Amino acid sequence: MRPELIKEVTYVPYSGNMAAAEAMRQINPDVVAAYPITPQTELMQFFADFVANGLVDSEYIPVESEHSAMSACVGAAAAGSRAMTATAGPGLAYMWEVLGIASGMRLPIVMTVVNRALSAPINIHGDQSDMMGARDQGWIMLFSENAEEQYDNLIQAIRIAEDERTRLPVMVGMDGFVISHAIERVRLLPDRAVEEFVGELKPMYPLLDVDNPVTHGAVAMTDSYMEFKRQQREAMTNAYKVIKEVGEAFEEAFGRKYEHIETYKTEDADYILVITGSAAGTAKYVVDKLREEKSIKAGLIKIRTFRPFPYNDVMDAIEASNCKAIGIFDRAETFGGASGPLFEEVATTQYLRRKYYPMTGFIYGLGGRDTNVNHIEEAIDKLMRLAAGEEIPLVNYLNLKE
Amino acid sequence: MAQVKAAEIKIPPLKKLTNYPEKLAPGHRLCAGCGASIIIRQMYMVANALGYELIIANATGCVEVCTTIYPYNSWKSPWIHNAFENAAATISGVEAAYKALKRKGKLPTDKKVKFVALAGDGGTYDIGFQSLSGALERGHDFIYVCYDNEAYMNTGIQRSSATPKYANTTTQPVGSESLGKPQSKKWLPVVAAAHGIPYVAQVAPSHWKDFMEKFKKALLTEGPSFINAFSVCPRGWRSKEEEGILVTKLAVETNYWPLFEVENGKWRITYKPRNPKPVEEYLKMQGRFKHLFKPENRRLIEEFQAEVDNRWEWLNHMEEMGEEKC
Repeated sequence: MRPELIKEVTYVPYSGNMAAAEAMRQINPDVVAAYPITPQTELMQFFADFVANGLVDSEYIPVESEHSAMSACVGAAAAGSRAMTATAGPGLAYMWEVLGIASGMRLPIVMTVVNRALSAPINIHGDQSDMMGARDQGWIMLFSENAEEQYDNLIQAIRIAEDERTRLPVMVGMDGFVISHAIERVRLLPDRAVEEFVGELKPMYPLLDVDNPVTHGAVAMTDSYMEFKRQQREAMTNAYKVIKEVGEAFEEAFGRKYEHIETYKTEDADYILVITGSAAGTAKYVVDKLREEKSIKAGLIKIRTFRPFPYNDVMDAIEASNCKAIGIFDRAETFGGASGPLFEEVATTQYLRRKYYPMTGFIYGLGGRDTNVNHIEEAIDKLMRLAAGEEIPLVNYLNLKE
Repeated sequence: MAQVKAAEIKIPPLKKLTNYPEKLAPGHRLCAGCGASIIIRQMYMVANALGYELIIANATGCVEVCTTIYPYNSWKSPWIHNAFENAAATISGVEAAYKALKRKGKLPTDKKVKFVALAGDGGTYDIGFQSLSGALERGHDFIYVCYDNEAYMNTGIQRSSATPKYANTTTQPVGSESLGKPQSKKWLPVVAAAHGIPYVAQVAPSHWKDFMEKFKKALLTEGPSFINAFSVCPRGWRSKEEEGILVTKLAVETNYWPLFEVENGKWRITYKPRNPKPVEEYLKMQGRFKHLFKPENRRLIEEFQAEVDNRWEWLNHMEEMGEEKC
């Protein structure tokens, strides 16, 4: 029997990696298969320590690659066990093929992605190109703003993934280094409370039930493939509701509120910033600063759920504000597209309501480039000019040496 | 320990083996004369006789494609397909889940199960090589069975690193400037043995007693086993469907496909043809080697024979070394 370490809500100075590993310890999955990659390595090391010291009951598979990590998770989840892993950047890219298999086979795997830039040039620092590149692989995608959110999101992800209405894998992203390696205050929940919250996995068609043999991963030809894909869309649509319900249950249990989006001072805002990940924290500071110093009314929409994308939530928040212009912050490129991937989603939300606001996109933080207060101020200045009728391009780089 | 156990446990006579229900149902779409289905049925015969349930992770390939076209399915046994290159990693996950759930008391304890990764030579020698090596090194309790038909047959005879030298394939075809595949066949069982795993064997379904004895040993082995099974492909080799087992037999009788095993590091040739036939007899049954029989190419057959002899000699040497040690 593994020991109970945390008996009451405990404040700790933790990095995002420590917080994610701690969540995994408390979830106590049946199988963890992982391969180390910067900036996720530390997370895997913390978990390996838990295994080495009997703090989890998990079978731990230190695989030879990320491709095998996800492949082993597929095997473990199909077998009827709770499987988790973690990766970053190129590791996620290497898993790409198997990501679609995990979701296509409807396996509730949960994974931390420590967001890292993709090569080339090789770069180990944070950006979200990795998850944006895996955007259409059928995973539910959540982004965290800080270490505690990563911890909370991972715990919720287990229930979201395993709900019979979804049965989809979930990846939870946190920015490399800025979250993964920075020490912050994290409020850990009691071991038993987490155990109770995530509950027991109810296996569906487990491979290990030898008395009722099942086939996983059959061939689907032209006459059936589309129907499988259609069902996946249904599951992803259901996920919208499930994520909301699990967020509400989490708030009820632990008093921490989680919705698809977080709005910050949008009600009376003239300028709306849409952002995901750690930069939301800096942006909130800038919103306060400009309101205080210059009486500029900016507000922020932080995207927590990226897949399924919460179109209605975003648009409700925009319509309830004083919106004169929207600035979308993308920490990833879509080369040849109009602007970044988040920009495209927000553009779509406007189409869905047939309501259009001036908007523009800001590409920031690629390969770990700093995004400071002055860069966000600069972006808001552009939004003000856009609202005033000035022509602003759809792609604007922040903190770029030009 | 496995050795003692293996000697004690006898495989029932063939008549009894055929009475067990088939786990690979007929109606699958493998070609007439295909070696792979024979290999699978021989595996199940042993597993049935010894009371094991096999849980199979099948790589993309002929067997996977031909047995599970939705909504049809030939497997009366737990089976999973993940992708082409990851059967070994997939079975790692299944085996780990089994251990975890068993430890937590969530699985019945009276069942004897064995985990099997099943893949062709493409999914084993080439694209699945890393996944295989990783799983062998980590020591999962599983049997890796490669049905080696010496090319990517499912998609139309593209060369693999298991394709023998000078064989005609669609990606290294014979032509005015080409004699077929210029490289020799990768000797994978030797590479598998280099992982220091408890059991490695090479088998051929024509020699079914030898096959079953080896599969039995693999079943009783704790930890990873690797079995390389000769899998005749009439379509890809341009041989006669009805001569599949004959071709298989000749591969063994010519020493092209030696039957051997490596048990806890000890090498043993399990069948030594009394008078090995020239490899030419094996080659001439197959259209993929047709060009070697042109008068100007006769030297290539000699070269082929020399390589067969070299490998045979090397194996004999490995066997002798083991004897010296004992």
